Amino acid sequence: MNAASPAPPPPAWKIFLASAGGRALLALLLVMAAGAVFNADGAFFKIGTHRDTLRQASVYGMLACGMTLVIISGGIDLAVGSVVALTAVCAAKMAVHWNWPAWEVVPASLVIGAACGMVSGLITAAWRVQPFIATLAMMVFARGLAKYASGGMKVSTAVQNADGSYRYVDVPALFRGIDHRILGGNLSMVTVIFIICLALAWVALSRHRWGRYLYAIGGNEEAARLSGVPVIGAKACAYAASGLFAAVAGLCQAAQEQQGDPEAGAGYELVAIAMVVIGGTSLMGGRGGMGLTLLGVLTIGYLDKILSINAVPEAGRLVLTGVIIVAAVMTQRRNRK
Amino acid sequence: MPESTPNQPPLVRMSGITKRFGQVTVLRDVQFECRAGEVHVLAGENGAGKSTLIKILAGIHTDFEGRLEIDGREAHPRNPLQACALGVAVIHQELSLIGAMSVADNIFLGRTATRAGFVRAGEQQQSARRCVAQLGLDIDVRQAVEDFPAAIQQLIEIAKALSQDARVIVMDEPTSALNAPEAAKLFALIQSLKARGCAIVYITHKMEEIERIADRITVLRDGRWIGSAPAAELPAPKLIQWMVGRELGEQFPRRVPHPGRERLRLENFSVFPSGFSGRPSVTQISLSARAGEVVGIGGLQGSGASEFFLGLFGAYGSRTSGVVQLDGRSARFSSPRKAIASGVALLTNDRKATGLVLSMSVTANATLAGLRELSPCGWRNPARERAVAREITSPMRLRAPSLDAEAGTLSGGNQQKVALSKSLQTRPRLLLLDEPTRGIDVGAKREIYQLVDEWTAQGIAILLITSEMPELLTLSDRVVVLHRGRITAELSRSQATPGAVLAAAMGQVAKSL
Repeated sequence: MNAASPAPPPPAWKIFLASAGGRALLALLLVMAAGAVFNADGAFFKIGTHRDTLRQASVYGMLACGMTLVIISGGIDLAVGSVVALTAVCAAKMAVHWNWPAWEVVPASLVIGAACGMVSGLITAAWRVQPFIATLAMMVFARGLAKYASGGMKVSTAVQNADGSYRYVDVPALFRGIDHRILGGNLSMVTVIFIICLALAWVALSRHRWGRYLYAIGGNEEAARLSGVPVIGAKACAYAASGLFAAVAGLCQAAQEQQGDPEAGAGYELVAIAMVVIGGTSLMGGRGGMGLTLLGVLTIGYLDKILSINAVPEAGRLVLTGVIIVAAVMTQRRNRK
Repeated sequence: MPESTPNQPPLVRMSGITKRFGQVTVLRDVQFECRAGEVHVLAGENGAGKSTLIKILAGIHTDFEGRLEIDGREAHPRNPLQACALGVAVIHQELSLIGAMSVADNIFLGRTATRAGFVRAGEQQQSARRCVAQLGLDIDVRQAVEDFPAAIQQLIEIAKALSQDARVIVMDEPTSALNAPEAAKLFALIQSLKARGCAIVYITHKMEEIERIADRITVLRDGRWIGSAPAAELPAPKLIQWMVGRELGEQFPRRVPHPGRERLRLENFSVFPSGFSGRPSVTQISLSARAGEVVGIGGLQGSGASEFFLGLFGAYGSRTSGVVQLDGRSARFSSPRKAIASGVALLTNDRKATGLVLSMSVTANATLAGLRELSPCGWRNPARERAVAREITSPMRLRAPSLDAEAGTLSGGNQQKVALSKSLQTRPRLLLLDEPTRGIDVGAKREIYQLVDEWTAQGIAILLITSEMPELLTLSDRVVVLHRGRITAELSRSQATPGAVLAAAMGQVAKSL
């Protein structure tokens, strides 16, 4: 076949809209436009609204960072919500009840989260259990651990004495530090932590060999294996990273609630998956990125906020969010053969 | 042997069959007749058009030119179900049974006996039992198909065909998964089917089977009908001559050989893809390859050549045995990573399934195997990757909009060049090429032949699998022929004629070995 006469290149906006990033940005802009129209008597234009939106989306966003890595490798991690609860409980126990300093609490919590991820990663990568099953098992297992570690009760600043009476201890400095605002109260610390997570995940995915391996495994695992990619290790590390980010989210969750709730984080994994998918990262694996996930996090975060400032009851919010997820994913599927 | 009267119309008559896929004509004016009570072997090399012809008969390919008659009436099956209603059943190479379902359910799949929408399981099981009993098979029809060995599954497939009152039964390499006693059972069954007046169309690459069961033989070559004759009039040498027929066109200049010192040495190398208890794909291969030499591996489907490459490359882990030496050092690899690190590269036979990550860019694909070296301490250097990709793809004359284009958007020939770039990027000493020109146009093919020449001039040893005879004979300095996992001939360039290669590939052990 000889080269046909080159067709005139399509206009730039068309190329942009045909790309995953363009569509995700369009979805976000539509949501923002809706917010500007239904602004709830100007509430949407107040800086506090945006600060709160970002703060509320941040914990989910941290989970979405790890989830993106896993989904690009062709898997899924259902355990992150439970890992949030487990690390929140453990962190509260260590920081509040045992009075450990921050430089011990933080690494210990991160290790717990990463270990959970590593276990489900190894189960799915080395034993070839489907990721859905392996992480579903970890989701139940970690929830159980959280309840076991907390005795089924919230780990709060009300500490039970030996004689059964309660005494109240101070909120530890670590929690106060995380639940803090900077820039004259205009930016939550949690949001800063989310941005750091996002940056770390971006560097790993886009600038490290491992990220390239994840794309290769998600795109064609057998071709990757035959190209010498260490498939098992790379995959297991993706789940470990997801667990690690879930641990960060768990710390933030504990700091915001000033307690470790063994029931925390239920359903968070689904919100994180929705954010990743709305961003345009393919659930089939091999395509996507951190930039897309940021757009997805903002889209869902703002959608939720706009519905809530317009006093749409939770029932309506959930229904609408479901509809919009499907709509967003349908538009992304267009043009892709 | 039941002789059919000449007046009786053949059960199947195909005439003037032409079939095109886009620009490519795969069948040209082919004729084929099969009578009741005969085993009609359809012979030809890989790509001769046998499968396409069968798929027309089976209603899988529906847009063809020509005339198809079944039982004397013109027929034009629009889908496999209609073909089935016309009495044609095809037993494909890959079984079409559903493993987890019971034997009875499989036999009646798609035409389940029901009453008001509910399956009449008892009735079904009874008729299924009758069906399998006809074949002398004593199995519980309620058991799942996957619980039975391959041979029984093959027979269940035949039972399914019989239950559809098939009068024309097409078998596409039915013995490829069977051992000798199982195959003998199948042949006995074929005899009884013949006696019942069925017409059997049988495709095989094994000379031994042709000699054993064929009543008539039709030979196809390059999509054309070469001839049909009673088996008695077509002894093996003549059959092979019909199959290869062509003179070697001097389409491509023959390579200048550059043999150096011995690079690869194999002694009694065997590969066990499904574990040491399973059947080996290749058994006791002993061969050597020099630096700068191209050793062609000849063989037909089921020869085990591709599995041989994968085993050599470590893709089956340590499920290999024997001695492998690369430049005098032991080199039995347990993973592709180790093979690549030691200077072995593999081009797989299916660029889409196992060669490329189609969702990644040209650069990402071309540097994937060598990424470890290109990113010291793990941090990637995109500029360097792009430079390396440009350097490695430029002698290939890769035509891509840019090196950032997704590999999946390129044409087949260019995808193949990307896959080759990936193999070459790790600077191999030994290159395993499995069908390097499959599905690419003549221009790209010629370019790849030139590249092979350049690589051997650099001292790379190449093992080459190709199903195209001219390519095998043009590129190879030496040809080793495999039949069912064993070497049946080792031919020098002057000995390697199409006939000699094909005879060995069909299982005739060369006398001079």
